[in-house]
Amino acid sequence: MSELTAVREGRPAGPAPVDFGEFVRREGGNGRLVVQPRMGFGDPGRMRTGLVATKAADAATVGTLTLDSYTRVGNLEAVETALRDGIDLNGYPVVSHPAETTAAVLDGVRDQTFPVQVRHGSATPIDIFRAMMRLNLNATEGGPVSYCLPYGRTPLADAIRNWEDCCDLYVRMQDVGIEPHLETFGGCMLGQLCPPSQLVAISFLEAMFFAQRGLRSISMSYAQQTDPVQDREAVTALRRLSAEMLPVANWHVVIYAYMGVYPETDHGAYGLLASAARLAVTTGAERLIVKTAAEARRIPTIAENVQALEYASDTALRTGRGRDDTFTDSPTYQEARALVEAVLNLDDDLGRALLKAFRHGYLDVPYCVHPDNAGRARSYIDSGGRLRWADTGKLPIAGIAERGPSRKIGSADLMNDLFHVRCKFDAGPRELDPASPELIRGRAAVGSRPKEYTA
Amino acid sequence: MHDLSARGTESFVERSKGTVIVTTLASDSHTWNLVFLQVLIEECGYDVVNLGPCVPDELLVSECRDRNPEMIVISSVNGHGYQDGMRVIGQLRDAAPLAATPIVIGGKLGTDGGEGASRTHELMAAGFDAVFEDGQDPIAAFHAFLATLPSEPRRQAVEAADHARVSA
Repeated sequence: MSELTAVREGRPAGPAPVDFGEFVRREGGNGRLVVQPRMGFGDPGRMRTGLVATKAADAATVGTLTLDSYTRVGNLEAVETALRDGIDLNGYPVVSHPAETTAAVLDGVRDQTFPVQVRHGSATPIDIFRAMMRLNLNATEGGPVSYCLPYGRTPLADAIRNWEDCCDLYVRMQDVGIEPHLETFGGCMLGQLCPPSQLVAISFLEAMFFAQRGLRSISMSYAQQTDPVQDREAVTALRRLSAEMLPVANWHVVIYAYMGVYPETDHGAYGLLASAARLAVTTGAERLIVKTAAEARRIPTIAENVQALEYASDTALRTGRGRDDTFTDSPTYQEARALVEAVLNLDDDLGRALLKAFRHGYLDVPYCVHPDNAGRARSYIDSGGRLRWADTGKLPIAGIAERGPSRKIGSADLMNDLFHVRCKFDAGPRELDPASPELIRGRAAVGSRPKEYTA
Repeated sequence: MHDLSARGTESFVERSKGTVIVTTLASDSHTWNLVFLQVLIEECGYDVVNLGPCVPDELLVSECRDRNPEMIVISSVNGHGYQDGMRVIGQLRDAAPLAATPIVIGGKLGTDGGEGASRTHELMAAGFDAVFEDGQDPIAAFHAFLATLPSEPRRQAVEAADHARVSA
């Protein structure tokens, strides 16, 4: 029975979909990597084409439905207007398209070998969860902090309550034999210039929040920052904290290729993506979310996404080694642990603990202008490329934090730091890895692909 | 909406030139542009109120009207700046104290990536005092614009004038 027919007839759509977490743990880790795009299109046909291309890529992949920004902020009228007037949306409007339409997009593509994750960014996501559950979509991402502070105006207390309600609804899928999966977005706060220890702490604390609401299949994100050694310390710290304290067994780590100002050159963009893939395999991370060479200029095409997926996967396999434990104890772990313990001690309820943590400045995201962020902590990139605290505000890491003397960050310093990674990789050696040009060209030139890939 | 530079207020010895509002528009969730502008404008001696991302029109107008700043700086990088800017400028100019307040807009204002000469003209005609399109060294141009503003806050200048009258 196809999902499409089942949804049309109002019945559950076929057998229970595979658990996203279990799938990634099976296919990734130990030197292997599951790769994933950030793809999302408003048009159902194009969305399906994107999923088909992702599935067919020469790599272990999972699919993505990235939602549009109107759906993200709950402006469904704007979605209706855009759909009616034929205006292009910047993602897939899962709430507004009829369930039959989305079922048809997924029909025969999503299966036991190809789970699909919904990505959005909403601090008010109840409609999105309802739409997902109608379609047996059992993987998504977000979090009460990470989907609130960076992008919007929703008060943190409201976002926490919303995410509690959504988790409570979402776990009901377990009652009908479907395992819902949630990924924290907390490892990506503001995309750049948040010191890694705090990214680890927020990502881990959001995972604890999910676990407390009954989720049993969880992943923790971490976004690549400025220094490969510090990043390895951070991912190792995230894994160690999770092994020590997270009360679920079914967890994995997902690395995001750099989320800040991306290199403009092809060699810079691929160099940075390769570095992210190596970070993932050497830390035992199971999944990687890629960026494309087009990233700095525009929304990438389906073909560019496939190219990035295959390049990242090949780079990972060629790294030729799995996790090592060089960085098990590090300053990053010590700082992250101090932050986590301070927050956990504030309240047994994770939602209340997170709210108090931001009120006390125990968590404080540098340069985040949200009214509920204390806004005292500051960061900078040191001469060796490591991301450091310029000011720790009221963060509970006195005596633990790596820091030099307090320094004032001027506009020129800030501009340099924001563009540090782009400049480094654009200026870097054109061939970081002798195999890169061949890998990049080789994939691009494949002519046997179905025509729909070239959308 | 808090002041990003808690430390800045302690270390500033010079008197502030007044308050500048830094903001984006309703559909734009980017913030690094706003953070950078805040630091830059503070360095030039102003206090900055940063309204943050995704500012609804009503909030933009009410904050600007209530705070009556020395200048309003709108930054948008999601490609809808022209459209959203044309919509809000009339509302801002109609708010009583803002008729003559310097209001500027900059960033990536269209989706075409072009130089936007006609956009600039239309935005100026609609009531903006300056337009700083990405790709035309907007930071230097903005700096030059800042230098043309009076070095004393209007309110203080008015108070000083009142004081002079009283004591005369």
